[in-house]
Amino acid sequence: MNLIKLLDTICPDTKSAEDKDRFFSRREAFRQFGDFGKKMALAAVPLAVLNSIPHVAKADTASLIGVLNYALTLEHLEYRYYQLALDSGVIEAADRVIFQKIRDHELAHVRFLQEVIGNVLMGTPVAEPKFDFTAGGNFSPFTSYPTFLALAQAFEDTGVRAYKGQAANVKESDVVLTAALSIHSVEARHASQVRRLRTKKGQDAIKGWITNGSIGSLPAATMAIYAGEENLTHGGVNVSSLTGIDAAAVSEGWDEPLSREQVLGIAGLFLAGSN
Amino acid sequence: MKKELIKPQGLVKNANRRQFLKMGTLTIAGAGLLFVGCNDDDEMMPTMPGMVSLGSGDVGILNYAYALEQLEAAFYAEVIKGSYFANASAEEKIIMGDLEKHERAHREFFKAALGASAIGSLEVDFSSIDFSSRTSVLMAAKTFEDLGVAAYNGAGQFLESSDFLLIAGKIVSVEARHAAAIRDLINPGSADFAGDDIIDANGLERTLNFTQVLTAASAFVKTEIDFSQLPS
Repeated sequence: MNLIKLLDTICPDTKSAEDKDRFFSRREAFRQFGDFGKKMALAAVPLAVLNSIPHVAKADTASLIGVLNYALTLEHLEYRYYQLALDSGVIEAADRVIFQKIRDHELAHVRFLQEVIGNVLMGTPVAEPKFDFTAGGNFSPFTSYPTFLALAQAFEDTGVRAYKGQAANVKESDVVLTAALSIHSVEARHASQVRRLRTKKGQDAIKGWITNGSIGSLPAATMAIYAGEENLTHGGVNVSSLTGIDAAAVSEGWDEPLSREQVLGIAGLFLAGSN
Repeated sequence: MKKELIKPQGLVKNANRRQFLKMGTLTIAGAGLLFVGCNDDDEMMPTMPGMVSLGSGDVGILNYAYALEQLEAAFYAEVIKGSYFANASAEEKIIMGDLEKHERAHREFFKAALGASAIGSLEVDFSSIDFSSRTSVLMAAKTFEDLGVAAYNGAGQFLESSDFLLIAGKIVSVEARHAAAIRDLINPGSADFAGDDIIDANGLERTLNFTQVLTAASAFVKTEIDFSQLPS
């Protein structure tokens, strides 16, 4: 059913001339917005630009704001986590350069998303929630370095899956999609680094990429973060069967998305008042 | 206009598009059919010998990804045959062995997904890389992995199909994981895994367009690639 709908969407030649025009003009309008977006500092897009996007633009804009506010919530969580850790002194001196860089990126993502939501899409950026990084007293990330690293890995791997899960929901805006993809790969770089660091420290035996759906030595509470990562089938084809490459390696070669509900279920553990 | 489609389940030879789609979930055959559905006027141009044409629309973008995956897979295939690898540390052997498998899996996936629309095999030229030198191999790996991430990030906006966008998203984050690991092997424990050379002040990784990527790749590819029909 979805595929039939998809076909109708991407094949305007199956519809009336009017629909075809609308399809291309709408797509083109977003594309121009996208090109424009790349050149601007993202501070000052006139409202008129958005108003000039024809047809369903307003609904799409509301939807984009919703997705970006969801992303902003996660970026708030990550930024606050790293800032508190850097302030606490829990991070070993030699590794601070890594987490300062990650913190800088998360703060930049917070500011960037606030800017896009508030000054480009003319929405209201969500306020930073109150976080409880002990998850109700279960973790001590700011006094135990191994715990800090474990949760950092959990947040980064979750972030990668969260952005991936939203790509299709922002694709009508080239500028928002491209920005989301450009954040997504940065989160993946963070995840790779933190995962390998944990292994170097002897806390785990994992690689920069996710093998099967393994949580490694992380607490069982993180199972939801890796559930589904063992998938071998893409576009209907089992790539391990296709290639003869072992399932572990094929599972590593593709990261899987999570839905907003799944991610908020995970992040909810760290929201104050939910425990 | 009909193109041969891969038929992993031998299902769809002359099946009506909608009828087929009602039969089940997205398969590679279904993916191929998506192309056919819109392909009234974007037949691939006849190409000169020694040249490949990526084609247009989503097929063109997938061929673009296939070309890059061919390049990466060919590179790591050489790496694991070379003397750097033979003498590498245990950690680096695992990493290079994994990357060889991941990129080969990506390459074979795209080849199957594209079916008869897939470009042929590219002829690569790695004469500038010294496969006995750790530095030479790691610097080349960094170039390929960073290039792959920037290419996928730049191309995503041109994909019309959400299904293909998701598949590209599943692959690009793995390329980014690779890139970070290679960079950390080059400069361990530094901030280079996500360095300022590729990530801007907004925390956004760079994107590269088709021309930039294929120009960079052309240093390692002999086959001429016609990408003139890709969307812009």
